[in-house]
Amino acid sequence: MRWWNSLCVLAMLAPPAAAEPLRPYVVEGDAITRSLTGRPGDAENGRRLVMDRHRSLCILCHAAPLPDPHLQGTLAPTLAGAGSRLSEGQIRLRVVDMKRLVPDSIMPAYYRTGGLAQVAASFRDRPILTAEEIEDVVAFLVTLKE
Amino acid sequence: MTGRAPRLLAGLLAACLAGSSAPAGDMLDKRSGADFMSPENRAMQADDMSNPGMFAVLDGEELWNRPEGANGRSCAGCHGEAATSMRGVATRYPAFDERSGRPIDLAGRIGECRRTRQEASPLPHESPELIALTAYVAHQSRGMPISPPQDERLAQFRENGRRLYERRIGQLDLSCASCHDARWGERLGGSVMPQGHPTAYPLYRLEWQAVGSLQRRLRNCMIGVRAEAFAFGAPELIELELYLMERAAGLTVETPGVRP
Repeated sequence: MRWWNSLCVLAMLAPPAAAEPLRPYVVEGDAITRSLTGRPGDAENGRRLVMDRHRSLCILCHAAPLPDPHLQGTLAPTLAGAGSRLSEGQIRLRVVDMKRLVPDSIMPAYYRTGGLAQVAASFRDRPILTAEEIEDVVAFLVTLKE
Repeated sequence: MTGRAPRLLAGLLAACLAGSSAPAGDMLDKRSGADFMSPENRAMQADDMSNPGMFAVLDGEELWNRPEGANGRSCAGCHGEAATSMRGVATRYPAFDERSGRPIDLAGRIGECRRTRQEASPLPHESPELIALTAYVAHQSRGMPISPPQDERLAQFRENGRRLYERRIGQLDLSCASCHDARWGERLGGSVMPQGHPTAYPLYRLEWQAVGSLQRRLRNCMIGVRAEAFAFGAPELIELELYLMERAAGLTVETPGVRP
């Protein structure tokens, strides 16, 4: 049994001022089964976000079945087939906080503000993506069936 | 979960065979960033008539010979021909600075010389004049192997540089080592990840459309991972350089380099 195979409840602390507080979520095994917003995401917006080289940064490291493959990275596994390999809940946890599963992963936690060092002022106490955006990305990734 | 084990093993084996997971100090296959460039960019660096960094070197030569400051003395007035007196100097920097009791980089040494010997006004970090003088001095070591001084007084600063190199920072929570030790040769977006050896500074960067310092490049990476970048001249940046030069030991000085 893996170390994370226990039910964990995360009560996220609200960061000071500015940014909206992180929403609490429940990790079950290696997944977050329930939507962070309580609603399904918008896959079309998720596709736009995954392609965004400045906000989500996904394709700087991952290849994906998207335009301009020569500008996609090879630092991480391809996103093609992610929706076949992993369940929606497994994808959600990997986007929210991959390091809970693989502590030395280079993948940033997209929905975490603590445990970081020397963060630039304009990004401090903000997750990389909002809860809505995470759901949009998850909704897109589950469609990648290879 | 058991289905992952064979893939993980295969991955580990591949990483070992590729030698890309070797620790920094004993990198088996040390390679300059120039090796990862397009043939066009390599050709641009190799030909002094097309290397834009040579403009900085030529400006630096002029500044080397120009009297400056209250003393009206030029660099050449004390040091003579740079081709002789400055040959190999850049291969040994950063060096220990007796006055401050800390390591000092080449640009810092030039600044100190201006202040104490020429009694001239300081040149700001990244100013064209300081870049030009540094490029001219470093150019005198082109083709020579990087040979960090074995000075015990530098050890603790170099060790701190290593710590900084391995420390994850910024909203993206990445260290230099995350990419430049473990994943060189892979692609970040459309660019090949180099090993991150500072062999060619100051260098002309097409992205900058200018000649710039290693500190400028280090700050770019820090801003890229959404971290608070150390200020120009910060002790941390010099300690990082100290570690990087040790890590690059044996590679050839290329100043002025060209990079994408």
